[in-house]
Amino acid sequence: MLSRTADHLFWMARYMERAENTARMLDVNYQNSMLTQSADRAELGWRGMLGISELTQAYHQRYDAVTPEKVMHFMVRDEQNLSSILACLRAARENARAVRGKLTTELWETTNQTWLEFNRLLRDGLFERDPSALFEWVKFRSHLSRGVTVGTMLQDEATHFIRIGTFLERADNTARLIDVKFHALAHDVFGEAEVKETTVVDFYHWSAILRSVSAFEIYRKVYRNVIMPAKVAELLILRPDMPRSLAACMSELVTNLKLVANDVSSETERRAGRLNADIQYTRIDEILATGLHAYLTTFLDRVNDIGMGISRDFLVVAR
Amino acid sequence: MFDEMKGADGAVRDHYRTYDRWLAQQAPAMMGARREEAEMIFRRVGITFAVYGDKDAGEGTERLIPFDLIPRVIPSQEWREMEKGLRQRVLALNRFLHDVYHGQEILKAGVIPADQIIRNAQFRPEMIGVDVPHEVYSHISGVDIVRAGNADGSGTYYVLEDNLRVPSGVSYMLEDRKMMMRLFPELFSHHRVAPVEHYPDLLLDTLRSVSPNGVNEPTVVVLTPGMYNSAYFEHAFLAQQMGVELVEGQDLFVKEGFVYMRTTQGPKRVDVIYRRLDDDFLDPLAFRPNSTLGCAGLLSAYRSGNVTLANAIGTGVADDKSIYPYVPKMIEFYLGEKPILSNVPTYLCREPEDLKYVLAHLPALVVKEVHGAGGYGMLVGPASTKAEIAAFRAQLEANPTNYIAQPTLSLSTCPTFVESGVAPRHIDLRPFVLSGKTVQMVPGGLTRVALKEGSLVVNSSQGGGTKDTWVLEA
Repeated sequence: MLSRTADHLFWMARYMERAENTARMLDVNYQNSMLTQSADRAELGWRGMLGISELTQAYHQRYDAVTPEKVMHFMVRDEQNLSSILACLRAARENARAVRGKLTTELWETTNQTWLEFNRLLRDGLFERDPSALFEWVKFRSHLSRGVTVGTMLQDEATHFIRIGTFLERADNTARLIDVKFHALAHDVFGEAEVKETTVVDFYHWSAILRSVSAFEIYRKVYRNVIMPAKVAELLILRPDMPRSLAACMSELVTNLKLVANDVSSETERRAGRLNADIQYTRIDEILATGLHAYLTTFLDRVNDIGMGISRDFLVVAR
Repeated sequence: MFDEMKGADGAVRDHYRTYDRWLAQQAPAMMGARREEAEMIFRRVGITFAVYGDKDAGEGTERLIPFDLIPRVIPSQEWREMEKGLRQRVLALNRFLHDVYHGQEILKAGVIPADQIIRNAQFRPEMIGVDVPHEVYSHISGVDIVRAGNADGSGTYYVLEDNLRVPSGVSYMLEDRKMMMRLFPELFSHHRVAPVEHYPDLLLDTLRSVSPNGVNEPTVVVLTPGMYNSAYFEHAFLAQQMGVELVEGQDLFVKEGFVYMRTTQGPKRVDVIYRRLDDDFLDPLAFRPNSTLGCAGLLSAYRSGNVTLANAIGTGVADDKSIYPYVPKMIEFYLGEKPILSNVPTYLCREPEDLKYVLAHLPALVVKEVHGAGGYGMLVGPASTKAEIAAFRAQLEANPTNYIAQPTLSLSTCPTFVESGVAPRHIDLRPFVLSGKTVQMVPGGLTRVALKEGSLVVNSSQGGGTKDTWVLEA
C-alpha cells in the first residue's frame, strides 16, 4: 500500500475517534453543569475540558471568559479550532476522500454522510436546542464508522492502519481524560478516599468520568461496589476487557502493528510492545504510589513517541 | 434543427418509440421525485467536481454535475458506422503521432505544412526518436461528436474535436448508467441497451497491453494531481474500478532509470502510468521546474523505455485545433481510406484569406482558441451581443494565429427534463476509444447536454449536464 494512502487512513480514523471523544467529554461536562454545584466548580470543569486538549491558549486568543456556551461553541463548531468536532469530522472526511478508492463504498458513504449530516444538524439548530442529542449523534456516527469498517473492509493493511489510528488516538484521549479529571479534584483523592465512601459531589464527579467512557455500568458489574477513585483509575487504565481502557488500546495497537510490520519498524514495535507489557504487569497501587499525574504524563509521552515511530516507519517515508 | 427523438414532421423516431410510450404513462410528479432522488444519491456517493476559481472552503467548492433523466438513444446501425469511423480516425491519429516523432513522412509529402507541426507549442522535441510500445501514443481518446441537421431534415454526425491528452468524463458515463438502472429498472427490461459497465476492464486490459518490454505482470497506476483537481472523483473511481493504486507525484520517485512508488513495505516498481496530468507538470526536471505534481526524472525513465505513460507525452500536437482540419488528409495518407466521419469545415485564422472571411462573418461563426479547452475563450457568434463580438474581434485581430472558426452548427437536440417540463436541449457525444495492442470501446459514450435553453455550450464548467447514452442492440 502507498505510504500516503496509509497516512490518510490512519488520520481518517484518528479524527473520527477524536470527534467522538470530544463529544463524550462535552456531554459529560454539559450534563454535570446542570447539577447544583458551585460556579467555581463548574468553571473548573470547562477549564479542564480546554486543558485536556491543550487548547487553553488557543481559546483565550479568541474568547475572554470561560463560560459553558463559549467553550461548547469553541469545541463543537468553531472552524478555527482544528480540534473542534466540526474540524475533526471535516478532516476525517477529507482524508477519506483522498483515499476513497481504498475504502468500501459503505465506509466512504458513512464518512461523507456524517460530514454532510453534521452540517445539516448545525444549520437546523440542534446544537442550540439539545446539545446532548448532538453529542449522542456524533458518538453513534463514530460507532457506525467503526462498525462499517469491521463489517465491510477486507482485513488487510488498510484496515490495520485504520485500527492503529483508532487505538492510538483513543489511548491518548483516554489518558488525557483521566489525568484532567483526577486533577480537577483539589483534595487528595487517594488519601482516605479509598477506604471511606465518597461524598455526594464526588459521586457525581466519578460517575461522570465513567459515563464519558461508557463505563458506569461496567464499573458496577466489575466491582459490585460503591464508586472509589482508585478503582475508577484501575478500570480505565489497567482492565484489558474494558474497551476504552489504556490496556485495551495498547493491546489492539500492538496486535495491528505486528500485522503491518516492515523492514524498518522493529524498534517501534519493540517500544509499543514494552508499553503494552508495562501496563499488563502493573498494579494500580504502584501507579498511585508514583503519582497518577506523573504516570499518565509518561504514558502520553510514550504513546506520542510510538505515534512518531509509526509515522516514520510507514507513513511518510523519507524522500 | 435536428431532434434525436422527433422527426421534422413531429413523429417519434422508431428507436424512441418505446421510451416515448413509457414516458407518456408516467405521472407528472414522478420525474421530479426521481430527479431529487438522483441528486441525493450523487451527493451521498460524492460524485462531484470541483470548480476552478471557486476558492471558498467547505462544501461549496464541490458541485454535482446535473444529471438528466431522459436518455439519449442511438440506434445500433448508426453506432456501428460511428464505431468504424472512430477506429479509423484514432488509428490514423496514432500513426500521425508516430510519424511526426520519427520520419515525418507526412510533412515531407507536403500534406501538412511543416511549420504547423514544428512550431506548434504542443510538439515535444523530447519525443523525437522515442519508441513507445505498439507505437500507440493516444491510449485513451475522447472524440467529440455532434449531429447537425441538414436542409432535407436528415442529420449528419461531425467530429468536433479529438481529445488525445487527458480526456475526462468516462466516470459520468458509468455513473449515469448505474443511476438510470437504479431509478428506472423497468426501462431496461423494455429496451435492449448495450452494456458499458466493462469499460474499466477494457481500460486495464489496454494499459497492461502497453507495458514496457519484458514485463509480464506490469504494475499499473493512475497518476492524479490530487483531490483538489476538478476530475479527482474520476481518477479515484477508475483506480478503484481497475483495482490499481491511485498515486500522486509525491508517491513516485525515479532511481537508476526506473520508477518506484513509496509503499508501507518499501519501494515498488511501477510499469505503466495512466496519468491524468498534463505534459507540463509531469517532470519538473524536463518541463515546468516549479511543478510539484509530477516526478523528477520521469521523462528520462520514459525515454529509456522503462515505464509507459498513457497517454504518451506530446499527443497534443495531434488534437490541437490548428491540426484538426488536416485529420481527413491523415486518414487518406496513412490508411489509404476515405474518412468515414466528417470534419466540421474549419477556417484557420492564420491564413489571410480565411481570416478575412471570419472577420466578415463573426456573428454567424463559432471562434475558438487553438489551445483552449472547457468552453473558455470562445465566441459563439449567434448567441453573442454586439459588444461581445466587438471585444472578441479586437482579440482576434491582435493574434489571429491563436484562433480557428467554424460555421455555427445547429447541434441536434434531445428531450430533456428541465424546470418547465420536458423540452429540447442541445447535446453532443464523447465516445472513448481505447488503443493498446488492439482498439476497443464500449458502445456509446458520454452525452453532454446544454441545460440552458438555446445554449450550445455543453461543458460541465459552463452549466452543462450529462445524460445516459443508450446504444440499442439490434
